[in-house]
Amino acid sequence: MLQRCEACGAFAYPAREACPSCLSPDLAFADAPRGGVLLAETTARVPSDVYFRERVPWRIGLVKMDCGPTIVAHLHTDCVEGAPVRMSLQLDKSGQAVTFARPEGETPNMADDRQWREMTADPKFRRVLVTNGRSVIGQEAVVALKAAGAKTVFVGVAEPWRPFAGEDLLRRQEGVEVVTLDAADEKSAADLAADIGGKVEILVNTTEYVRAGGLLDRKGTSIARDEIDQAYLGFINLAQAFGPAMRMRGADGINNSVAWVNILSVYALANWPAFGAYSASQAACLSLSHCLRAELRPGGIKVMNLFTGPVDTEWFQTVPPPKVAPRAVAQAIVSGLKNGLEEMYVGDVAEEIRQRLAANPKALERELDR
Amino acid sequence: MTNSQRTPYDGIVMAAPVTIPYVRYSIESAQWWIGRALGALVAQAGIKASDIDGLCVSSFTMGTDSGIGLTQHFGLCVRWLDTIPLGGASAIAGLRKAARAVQARDADIVACVAGDTNHVDSFRLTLENFSRFNQDAVYPYGAGGANASFALIARNYMRTFGVSREDVGRIAVAQRANALRNPHALMKTPLTLEQYLAARPISDPIHLFDCVMPCAGAEAFLVMREETAASLGLPAARLLSTIERHNAFADDPMQVRGGWAMDVGELYAMAAVNPDDLDIVQTYDDYPVITMMQFEDLGFCRKGEGAEFVRAHDLTIDGDFPHNTSGGQLSVGQAGAAGAYLGLVEGLRQVLGAAGPTQVRNARLGLASGFGMINYDRGLASGAAIFAGPSR
Repeated sequence: MLQRCEACGAFAYPAREACPSCLSPDLAFADAPRGGVLLAETTARVPSDVYFRERVPWRIGLVKMDCGPTIVAHLHTDCVEGAPVRMSLQLDKSGQAVTFARPEGETPNMADDRQWREMTADPKFRRVLVTNGRSVIGQEAVVALKAAGAKTVFVGVAEPWRPFAGEDLLRRQEGVEVVTLDAADEKSAADLAADIGGKVEILVNTTEYVRAGGLLDRKGTSIARDEIDQAYLGFINLAQAFGPAMRMRGADGINNSVAWVNILSVYALANWPAFGAYSASQAACLSLSHCLRAELRPGGIKVMNLFTGPVDTEWFQTVPPPKVAPRAVAQAIVSGLKNGLEEMYVGDVAEEIRQRLAANPKALERELDR
Repeated sequence: MTNSQRTPYDGIVMAAPVTIPYVRYSIESAQWWIGRALGALVAQAGIKASDIDGLCVSSFTMGTDSGIGLTQHFGLCVRWLDTIPLGGASAIAGLRKAARAVQARDADIVACVAGDTNHVDSFRLTLENFSRFNQDAVYPYGAGGANASFALIARNYMRTFGVSREDVGRIAVAQRANALRNPHALMKTPLTLEQYLAARPISDPIHLFDCVMPCAGAEAFLVMREETAASLGLPAARLLSTIERHNAFADDPMQVRGGWAMDVGELYAMAAVNPDDLDIVQTYDDYPVITMMQFEDLGFCRKGEGAEFVRAHDLTIDGDFPHNTSGGQLSVGQAGAAGAYLGLVEGLRQVLGAAGPTQVRNARLGLASGFGMINYDRGLASGAAIFAGPSR
């Protein structure tokens, strides 16, 4: 993604207000070809900034992009001067988009690169808390995170004496610890944090409370209250219990605390009246996630929101396909963490809503009312 | 040699070269340093402050002040004023403007001044806030500052032309030898090539003795017409030629030459001299590799022959190519924008025969250059001037 002149087609970098080739002011951000060549590299050993001073030696280079501009980039260890590189924009610990050069092809243990791990939130070697192991998404997330190399996955289960589907498998897995957690209960969240709060490097908030219905066909506020208790206040309880310790541990060694993941309905972005009150509870969580992102930023902790359409679980029984498989959500969690993303849209419905919202929000609102 | 089409600087001179000795850290403000330099100018020229009717100022650390605020601050009433934020090219650019101003009689006596302070955190703040492109697209990448940016340029240049660290080191070592004769240089111990090579790496291939030491200080000189200098009884150096260029060779993927290469013919044509005629040369030495680049771009050798040139010449005060005779920024220190003035002011002292312990015998014709503003991936500004002492 670089600025591209709409008049002459030239790409420009760093970002500016007029095209350096033709002075046109029409510079829009557009997908740019990712290829380039590493012209020269250096290793900064005595930076002036305290963040980098802690992380020296730090390797950077100047990349000549095939599409024109030259770009100062963070370098993957396996990048070689004079050789082709593949560029991407990553969010650094401060939340700023920065360019990162990786070798053109795959190299062994590529994702373990120290500088790359600084830009991402790879679950490999890290300890993860999945907050709700009763849900299918929660259970799939545990499997995917273990497969991605997570050292330990803590998985929260409310009222653990009550049996649930998938329980045996969950308890049998190596490196998985079932812990007692009812996110909607402030004391439960605080108790668990007192136990394991200092060991959680990634928190995956899989709280799920889906009920159909909007306003007029419901009586009273009791269901809405449950939705808010579980989703919104549960989020607050988790944030207050685990957020401060995670923020403190953002620079704690190589397996530092790195990310908070929320799984949100894409209808947080645009109300779907068939699940209208649920949509509203998700919108509240989305708004709160932005607050959490800002508050975790000083510690370099990323907040990733995964937006999904209806998931293929019992509470969406009445919704026709396409629906998102819980496994796809779990794989997206891992992939988003590995790439250090802030937002992901999982499945066709979520992607469609994203695009239609960008194209015409009023039309989307009208069309969801069907 | 091409013929210059430009109006000659006939009868335009520089006088009263002033250096306010540098200190590593200062609790004073930039305005304090600039005020000291103005005071020294007035004292050295034997004029009153009210005789200064033009002012040209450069500084990184004046805060929200610019030249206009300084007029009131220092009680100056001028009819020509400029503030030049061109970093290492500020002295040459200021000289060019001041020369034309006095030539056109928009002013009679222009004080050109640069000064900066250096508080314990000034340098880091300057780095962090240097330019917008720098903030967006350089600082977040390791925050190596100018060292990292010039390291990329140096690495590419050295690889392209087969230049070794020894070659580059000769420049730094010779300048240290010069500095030992300058009581005001911050570096006071000898430097051998072995020590240069053994220094700790800062941002490969830049090592410790490739870097300047940020400090506080000020430099200044006066620009006027020859008859003004004569009436004041002031020894003065005639300005023969100047060049200035910004954002040259933008299509070079990496910087291997500065804007000098574009204008060097004009530089010597206007002065009607050859590179061989110069008695002293003062380059802008933010890094010795940039000085080597200037030896090529200013016509002392061809592109790619800088290393050979350095090996073949003695760059010390008593050598066959006296260069950066005060010790340069590498050994005297870099007092912010005053770093741009250091070479020119020392060059003036040389051709006026007033350089004292660093004096080159029979120095009559001098060249000083400037280079600056690594806005993103390269230094954008370059300039140079040739001037002659009264005995030539």
